[in-house]
Amino acid sequence: MERNLICLGIEGTAEKLGAGIVSSSGKILANVVKYHSLVGGIHPREAAQHHAENMKATLEQALQNASIGLGDIDIVAFSQGPGLGPCLRVAAVSARTISLAKKIPIIGVNHCIAHIEIGRLLTKAKDPLTLYVSGGNTQVTAYTEGRYRVFGETLDIAIGNCIDQFAREMKLGSPGGAIVEKLARSGSYFELPYVVKGMDLSFSGLLTAAIEAAKKQKIEDVCYSLQETAFSMLVEVTERALAHAEKKEVMLAGGVAVNRRLQEMIALMAREHNAKFLVPPKNVLGDNGAMIAWLGILMYDSGVRHKIEDTMVKQRFRTDEVEVKWR
Amino acid sequence: MIGKGAEANIYLSGERVIKNRISKAYRVRELDEALRKTRTKREARLISLARRAGVATPFILDVNNPDTTVEMSFVEGLQIKKMLNKASKKDRLRICREIGRSTGRLHSNNIIHGDLTTSNTILAGDKIYFIDFGLGEVSEAVEDKGVDLLVFKKSLRSTHYKFEKECFKAFVEGYSREYKAYRDILERLRIIELRGRYFTERF
Repeated sequence: MERNLICLGIEGTAEKLGAGIVSSSGKILANVVKYHSLVGGIHPREAAQHHAENMKATLEQALQNASIGLGDIDIVAFSQGPGLGPCLRVAAVSARTISLAKKIPIIGVNHCIAHIEIGRLLTKAKDPLTLYVSGGNTQVTAYTEGRYRVFGETLDIAIGNCIDQFAREMKLGSPGGAIVEKLARSGSYFELPYVVKGMDLSFSGLLTAAIEAAKKQKIEDVCYSLQETAFSMLVEVTERALAHAEKKEVMLAGGVAVNRRLQEMIALMAREHNAKFLVPPKNVLGDNGAMIAWLGILMYDSGVRHKIEDTMVKQRFRTDEVEVKWR
Repeated sequence: MIGKGAEANIYLSGERVIKNRISKAYRVRELDEALRKTRTKREARLISLARRAGVATPFILDVNNPDTTVEMSFVEGLQIKKMLNKASKKDRLRICREIGRSTGRLHSNNIIHGDLTTSNTILAGDKIYFIDFGLGEVSEAVEDKGVDLLVFKKSLRSTHYKFEKECFKAFVEGYSREYKAYRDILERLRIIELRGRYFTERF
């Protein structure tokens, strides 16, 4: 590397707006995240409005935290997908504006791969099988021959969405995941639908059954059983993928990865297969700009160049579409 | 012990394979027991049904459900996963066509495999054996058959990506030869894919 490049990463796939600044030596200089407060789920247009209104302040805060000016930025990266169209477009427009105004390269990055790469940077994982779990995504991926291959994924809704929707239906308050986790601690188990299809999974039937069960059962028991069922499904497909892909490390990523019970379960499974268990620090588990910036650097350094016309957002951007040139 | 799969330890004793679904420390006891027992029972039953439908499988020799153990005959061969990428194009297509035929036979008998991948199919001589029916079920539902095809297609995509298209095409050739209702299942496969979070027309 000739010199230490500085990349600004803009994250805006869903309800969070993030601006991160990372240097090519892997140092995170700033990582500011602003939330669109959720009432009754994400409304894409309202979330996009929130991002547009807060973009300037978020970017300024990130620059201030990094003690640099916009002129010190060498590359601008943004989350190109997958995600909600209106939100993605706000991030893309901001990145294009900065790129054109400051005449610096722009890189559109895949949000799911950004989660994996920031995890690898901070946990020092070499070649992990990754379980990426969040409000919008649920995937089991591993690297083979030039791409992150998807071994398992949800066939319908994401795990975070399942838990959040349950919490909303039960009027448990926000953040749903943390409240369900807390209530689950004093619950006991009853049977709920367990749906695994090879290495894929489905949560929509489980969600409906949990909401239905809550009419009769104690809320603590429903929370516990929902978590145990959903997480066992996740661990099972991760275990199957681990055996299939023959990897030696298992890494968690995404907002749902903060759940202690899920961490414990994955760690137990990994130990049984003599695999190392890794989980990145909490501040990069949820959606953030630093991960976008870091992947921007990796891509730029490996020779990737995007023109403005390559920066159209991709709402259904697949993890295995991206040619990985930096590994 | 000759193998450690995701859910079972596999032992070889003479000509017998002993498959023991072991307890998982990460699951609550009730769920753990229910899954192991159901799957042990299903595996033995579905393997027998599949054989009767004309699909090559091991013989079931014994089922001991309190211990969640199935004993079956040993199939000496190679997992398709381990050989498909190295095979000649002719062999590769022939194998996929054959997997498609066997899957067609399963589906015309309403047998769902549940984990149809190149890890769970074994080439022995010129036959392809199907194993690991633990996630399977008996079902007439078009949806269940469609998901079976999706699982297979994805195992091609993740592990044999260079050949996904030609292999799946060959699979469908074999499948359509054995199963009359194949059009309905392929149509449903497309709907399931479109429902998925990451489906792009490119695939």
